[in-house]
Order: sequence, then structure tokens, then C-alpha cells
Amino acid sequence: MVVSLIVISFLTFVIFYTLPAADPALLRAGKQPTPELVASIKESLGLDKPWYVQYGTYMKDLVLHFDFGYSYQNNISVREQVFSRLPATITLALGGALVWLLVGIPVGIISALKRGRWQDRMAMGTALVAISAPVFFLGLVVLYLFSDNLGKLPFVSIFPGQGSYPVSGTIFSDPVGVISALILPCFVLAASFAAIYARFVRANLVETMSEDYIRTARAKGLPERTVVFKHGVRSAITPVVTLLGLDLGVLLSGAILTETVFNIPGVGRLAYDAVQKSDMPTVQGTVLLGAFFIILMNLIVDIVYGFVDPRVRR
Amino acid sequence: MGTGATPLVEIRDLVKRFPITAGLRNREVGAVHAVDGVSFDVMQGETIGLVGESGCGKSTTARLILRLLEPTSGSIRFDGHEIADMDAPSLAPFRRQMQMIFQDPYSSLNPRKTVGAIIGEPFEIHRLAATEADRKGRVQDLMDLVGLNPEHYNRYPHEFSGGQRQRIGVARAIAVKPRLLVADEPVSALDVSIQAQIINLLSDLKRELGLTLVFIAHDLSVVRHVCDRIAVMYLGKIMEIAESDDLVEGPRHPYSSALLSAIPVPDPVLARTRTRQVLVGDVPSPTNPPSGCRFHTRCAHARDVAVSQGGEVIEGELGGVPELCSNDIPPLEEIDGQADHTCACWFPLTREASAGLEITG
Amino acid sequence: MALLEVEDLHVHFHTDDGIVRAVDGVSYTVDKGQAFGIVGESGSGKSVSSLAVMGLARFSSNAHVTGRVTFNCIDLLGATDDEMRQLRGSEMALIFQDPLSSLHPFYRIGDQLVEAITAHRDVPKAVAKNRAAEMLELVGIPEPRKRMEGYPHEFSGGMRQRVMIAMALINDPKLIIADEPTTALDVTVQAQILDLLTRLQKEFDAAVIMITHDLGVVAQITDQIAVMYAGRIVEHASTEELFARPEHPYTWGLLGSIPRLDQPSDQELVPIPGRPPSLINRPSGCSFHPRCFYAQDECAALDPGLNEARPNARHEVACLLPTSVRAEVRSRLDVGDVPDDIVAGVDLTVDPSLGHRPEPQAEEVV
Repeated sequence: MVVSLIVISFLTFVIFYTLPAADPALLRAGKQPTPELVASIKESLGLDKPWYVQYGTYMKDLVLHFDFGYSYQNNISVREQVFSRLPATITLALGGALVWLLVGIPVGIISALKRGRWQDRMAMGTALVAISAPVFFLGLVVLYLFSDNLGKLPFVSIFPGQGSYPVSGTIFSDPVGVISALILPCFVLAASFAAIYARFVRANLVETMSEDYIRTARAKGLPERTVVFKHGVRSAITPVVTLLGLDLGVLLSGAILTETVFNIPGVGRLAYDAVQKSDMPTVQGTVLLGAFFIILMNLIVDIVYGFVDPRVRR
Repeated sequence: MGTGATPLVEIRDLVKRFPITAGLRNREVGAVHAVDGVSFDVMQGETIGLVGESGCGKSTTARLILRLLEPTSGSIRFDGHEIADMDAPSLAPFRRQMQMIFQDPYSSLNPRKTVGAIIGEPFEIHRLAATEADRKGRVQDLMDLVGLNPEHYNRYPHEFSGGQRQRIGVARAIAVKPRLLVADEPVSALDVSIQAQIINLLSDLKRELGLTLVFIAHDLSVVRHVCDRIAVMYLGKIMEIAESDDLVEGPRHPYSSALLSAIPVPDPVLARTRTRQVLVGDVPSPTNPPSGCRFHTRCAHARDVAVSQGGEVIEGELGGVPELCSNDIPPLEEIDGQADHTCACWFPLTREASAGLEITG
Repeated sequence: MALLEVEDLHVHFHTDDGIVRAVDGVSYTVDKGQAFGIVGESGSGKSVSSLAVMGLARFSSNAHVTGRVTFNCIDLLGATDDEMRQLRGSEMALIFQDPLSSLHPFYRIGDQLVEAITAHRDVPKAVAKNRAAEMLELVGIPEPRKRMEGYPHEFSGGMRQRVMIAMALINDPKLIIADEPTTALDVTVQAQILDLLTRLQKEFDAAVIMITHDLGVVAQITDQIAVMYAGRIVEHASTEELFARPEHPYTWGLLGSIPRLDQPSDQELVPIPGRPPSLINRPSGCSFHPRCFYAQDECAALDPGLNEARPNARHEVACLLPTSVRAEVRSRLDVGDVPDDIVAGVDLTVDPSLGHRPEPQAEEVV
């Protein structure tokens, strides 16, 4: 895990060092940069040193002081910045996951059991649309239909829209504000995931229902409900653990599109802004955080899998 | 097989261990003793059968002979050349002389290639056909030889039934006129009526082409029908080698005897009257094989011997066995002075006490 | 007394390629406590017919089952799904070929056994557990209490099949259908399992239908045998009668295809030429005629009925050749003559009265 993180930090560092979109010192030097000013800024930021020295300093601070450096943009500690943005992202990701699991799994199960009938066709047709609709498009449509400021529909245009996320609130300090602001983003974020999960669960369950042990369960004379839910669904949704872990890992490092469309102050938004402004330390910080979450979720998936599937237990 | 026959393959003390690793640093925590000191000869022109149950090491032995696996130790001499530790370039000329037929005719053929290309592939690999037309002609001759319609040259494997696919596998194997053919369970995936077609095909080819054949199967009746000699394996070791009829009529190793008596014969009268020795328990794990004779943990004969002889007895789950059986590995030795019947047992059965079948008809 | 009566059973699957007639008019009777063997190769319909008997074909949406199946005076094809469910696992039980894939990988062995009890009986869990342990002990699993806590992958192949047998017998069924129960097992383990099945069948006084491709297995443990080919029974007799006087050319073919340990190894195998027919486009007349050494023109035109081979022999065979002709062919096969010589030397005139014109197959409406 540590090794992966070091490799990732190294790669991002090299990529951003060798492919500078813009000279960060130049960006900082204001409207009329003099060469002396740029040089002194470079020196103060350590940009005049060779890249491996820069990387070494960065890693030293990171490991010894848990210090991600300071933003070139506004000199705020990257650590502080990222951590202040994290609650919004976590709430969005978990909220979205809750929605897509609650929608995707039941739809997948129903589709599998009604395979080929109208319920299945309708669900899978909708899923295809949901997968095809990009978040930035779906987000705008939803805002236009349901948000309280842009929406024009009677009765349903009541949800807080863009930029409604309380600036300094968390789910604990301002639950009503946070939850209501996240209702639309969560659904938009969850739409394509719900569709993917529904298709995944459907495919798994269809396959599971033709397994020999399902035949055994029926041969034992178990009620069909038990056969389906205890024997079929139990096996079919187990791989969802893996999928969910990976998806959550990615989303915890920032749901960039959703956060941008709904103007939510999350990590994704932060990363998006930092990339645009060549704010190297912030980019590096968000990338490392993302990598950390993905690796962490992988670890959690492995552990959870041990609980749900006795064959991988040791 | 005449006594003057020369060996094509000589195997001595062949060992193959598959390490079991665990933990983050892949520490070796044990090993599967797949083949554990196997020695035998394959004579020029003979068919030798390796039988045994799953985990006995018969398939691993076959793959070692073909050097598809690297032996852990031991010697394999092919036509007088030591190939056990040969590197890939030096092995190349030998590869052509030994070919393999696989069990599963479905997964061992590339579904995207035509039958002509599959059978013709060895010509390409070993650069044996001068022109495309030459290659096609030779492939079609082969197809004819194994009983496939040569007009089906451009068809794909999925257009053939299981039996026909196995014929394709046979044609590919004999394309380069190998001296040694190793068949690993070539008929066990096939229906009964198709099995006989392939068995007959192999027998015919063997006769016509003078092949030396190593035939691996779990079904003793099939092995006995095809082979001149049979080696019975159990947990990585050879228990008994004898000429086929000799083994069926008078197996001397208690395991061979039990294996033989376990095979159901399609004759209800004989089924009711013949001696049956049903083994207890399961085959022990090859990661931790029993000490001494590998079979002593399940051997009823050893228990009888212990009772009748008295003397030092080691108590086990199923009763006492002679100390010799549980401590010392029995060597594969000639029995009754017969050079062509060897058996690895401290207390071999007499012919009368074994579950041998009287061959009639 | 007849426990199971199957009359004119048809199981057809509607597929994109056409109608697969997996079982096409099968009739047989299994008596109480009898061991009945169904022998055939893959695609003969031997497994499908028994799944249909158990009502498991109902779960394939494209399966059409017609005919009559009576079990213990209950009409099984007319029974509701719930009535069938109550019979399955209590009155009739199934044992499958592959015990690893037939047990649920996520549940403990004990729980899977307990479930089989509580599906049919309203008993406290402790009672069910006791019964499960008792059954495991009976099928020869040491330390049953401890092994009940284990998962299927922790058992060996033979042990798993013992668990399947324990599960099948746990509610004291009257009929056990064993579908290739030993095919996936090693020979010595097969011997153990066959012995166990035979012993328990007597102990529980249950009837067994043994479905297998292995003539050796049926010879060892059954009383009656039906030989199936392409969805139909082609021969039906008591086990001893069938092996002593096989009547159908397909049965001869099967017997001639297997190497036998009790015969000299230089005895040539006589394989059946060709391969099993498509069940969508079945050959006309006798389905076996394209592969039959002795087939005559009439064999392609007439459907052979299942007729008594000899009066009162209780030996039925579906072949147009008269009994006397078949006896002659068989005697020549017994002395090692090859089919080609026999065809040249025997007058193979068929008896058209043994068959009938096939009824035109009405295209079924999907």
C-alpha cells in the first residue's frame, strides 16, 4: 500500500514537472512580472532546484510532518484545504451510493426474475439511457426541472439547486441544509451507477439461478422465495461488494463533474480548480488522497469479502 | 514387447514439487509432492499406461516427460539423451519427436483457426512443408488417416463433435511423425460410443506408425485394453508395474487390487460374485503424504498382516499396521522373480488373495 | 406395487433453433423399493426426464412437459407448484453429479441440511440439527457435529457426495433420483458411494432411479434397466435379462464399445459409428437407424414400437428386426464376429408389424 502511494506520488510529480501547463512562478508574479520577481518567487518556492531535489523535499515534508505543501495560488496549506473539502465529498459519495444501491439492486433482481418480460425490458431500457446520459447534461436537466431557483415545474421544482451547499456546514452541524442541498446531486450522481449496478446484479442473478446449487435448493423443496433470496440473491450480490468498493474509492477522491455542475465545495471541485490554475501542490495533494482512498477501499473490499465468501477465508 | 526391446524413455528418481506460498513475500510454506521419486522405462514401440486416481501424479509425470514442466530433480533420458535439465534451445529438436494429446477436445483447439491451420501448425513450427500446397496435401492425408473428411479442411473446431475434435487433436499430434505420443485422458470427456472410436483409432495408428505411446487414464479397463504394460500410481509414487493382463489377473499391490475391485464390471452376475475390496477414507493430501508406504493409512492388507504376524505394530486410525509399512518406503522390486512385474509393497498379496479377475471368453 | 408411473412423457424445449425434443414419449414404472437404472449417453434425455418427474422442468420457461406422471397416486404434472414443492425433498429426493457445485458455497453444511428438514417439517432447530448430525453419521462422515460447521469447499469430493446423500435421505423419501452420482468421483470413491447408496436404499426402503452412462454401475446396483437413445426408451428389461440377452442394436453397440476387464484385451472394440442425432431434426423412423449396422429401408420409414421381445420375458425392445433375427445376430456377436460379416451372412428382413407409420409431427405453437 505504501509502495503504491510512493509510486503514484512520483508519477504525478514527474508528469506535472515535465508537462507544465504554465509556469507557476509566472502565475504568482502578478500582472507585470519582472524576471527578478519571477526568479525570487521561484527560489522561495524551491522551483529553481532540480526536480529530484524538489521531490525529495516534498516527500520529506509529507512523511515527517504530514505536510502536503502550500497552494501556489493562495498559500493556504493543501492539507487544510483538502480536509475542509472532504466532508462534502464524503457525504455526496455515500449519499449517492445509498441511492444507487437502493435503486440498482432491487431493479436488477426484478429484471433477472422477470427476464424477457416487459418489466425487464423497461428497466434495462431505462438503464441504457441512464448510462448514456453524461452527468453534466443530466445535472443541467435536473436543475432546470426540479431546482427551486431554475425549475419551472409546479410542485416538484422545490429542491435546492446550484450552489446551495452550506459553505461551512457539515452533515453534523447543519443536517437539513446539507441533506437538502445534496438531494439533487446524489440522484444525478447515482443515476448512471444505479443503471450499471442494476445490469450487473441482473446478469449475476440470471447466471446464479442456473447454478447447480439453485437446483439443489429447489430439489430440497424450499419455497421459491427462499430459493431466490437466500440462495440466489446472496450469491449474486456478493460481487457488488467489489464493485462498490472501487466506485466509492474513486468517488471519495472527488465527484468532479457532479461537484462542478452543482457547485459543491468538495475535493473534486478543488482538484478541478487546481488543475486549471497549475496549482501543483494542490493537484498533487488531491491525487494522493484519491490514490489513498482507492487503495484503502481495495483493502476494505478484501476484508469484507472474507466475511461474505467463506471460500476466501483463511 | 520383446525382451530385446530398447528403452526410448528412461526415467529415474523423478521428483516434482509445486511450492505452496503464503503471505506478502510469498514465503514457501510447503509443497505439493506431485511426483515423488518415479522410475520406469518406456520401451521402443510399446504402449505403457499410467493409472491412478486424481492427485496421484500421473498427468504431472506425463508433462515432465515432455518437459512441459521443469523437474525438481531426477533424470529423464530420451533416446539416450538426458533432457531433464536441458534448456529450451537444446530441447527444440526433441520437441518434434514427442507430442501430446489432451483430455478436453473443446478447450485444446483454437476456436479462431480452421482445422487445416490447426493440424498444419506443426509443419509451420518445425518448417516441414515447402509450399502451401504441400502443406495442404499433407494435412488432408492426415485428416483421412484419422477418419476426418479431408474436404472439411476449412472448417472451424466448433463445427465438429467432441469425438471429431479429438481426432483433430490426434492428427495434430502425429503430424510431425513423433516417436513418442503422450495421451492424457484422451477419451474421458467423450461418450461411451465415441470413446471406442478414439481408442480404436489410437490402436490402429500405433500399429501403422510404430508409435511409442504413454497412455494416461483413470479408467483401468480402458488402459488395460490399450496398453502392453501398466504402471499404477498413488500419491506421486509407482505402486506396481506389470504387463496388462498380469495386472488384471493378479495384482500384487493392495492398492492395485483395491483399484481393480472398485471398477464396476458390466456383468450383473460377476458383479455379485467377485471379491470386492472397498477402500475406506479419502486419498491423503499430497502436501503432507504419509510416511513409509504412501498407502499404509488406508491399507486393509497391512492391518491383516499386523494381526497375523504380531511383532512391532504402529497404531493408526483404522488399526495397527506393521512398523515397516509406516516407517520405511518400500522399494519397487521384482516379484516372484518376474522381471516384468514389479511391486512396491513390504507384504505383497499372493495371486490368490488379490482381487484379480479371471479373463474369460 | 407401482410407486412411480411415467406414461408417454414428452419434454420439449422451445429454442431459437427450433423445438428440442429432449424426451419424446417415455413410459416406465418404478416399484416401491426398486432400483431402476436409466442408461444413455449425453443428449439421450435421461436427465431431463427425471427433472421433469421432479417438477424441476417447470423452472425452465421454455420447457413444455406433457404426458402423465403418477407418484404414489398423485398426478405430478397436474399438481400445483406448491404441491410439487412439498413433495420435493420429502417424498422424492435428488442426488446430482457434481457435489461441489450442487452445494451452496456460502452456507455451512449443517445449515444446508437443517434447511432441508425445516422446509418440510415444523420442528425446533435443535431437533433438526440432531437429525442432520445423525444423517451425517449414517453416511459415514466422522465427527458429524464438527463437520456441520464446515463449508462445502472444506470437504473432499467423496465426502461432499455423502453430504448430498444425507440431504436427500433426511426426510425419509420414497423415491431417490440419482443423476450420475459417481461420475465426478474417483473409482475407489465411486465404489464407496455405490455401496453406501445400496445399503441406505435397503435401510430406508426407498426406490432409486439411477441415471448413468456407465453400464458397469447399473449392472452392479439396479434391478431394472431402461436404455434411452435420442429421447426414447429403446430397450427395457430386468438387469440380468438385459446383460444376458441384450436385444437392441444400440445396446449391443454400447456393450461392444466398452473395454472389459474380464475379457481378453485383444478383443476388438466395436464402436457405434457416427454420432448421436440432433434432437431438433430427429432422423425419421427409428432414431438409431443412421448408426445401425443392421438397418433396412423400412427402419427409416417406420417408428418401432416398444414391444415384448419374447412372450412373457418382460423384456421390451424398440426394433423392427424380428426376435429370431436378433438372436442370430447376437449369437454371432458373442463369438466375436464383426458387424460387416454378420450383415452379409444373416437375413435381416424386418417385421413391419413391429412398427407403425409415424404420426405427422404437428408444429407446436410457441
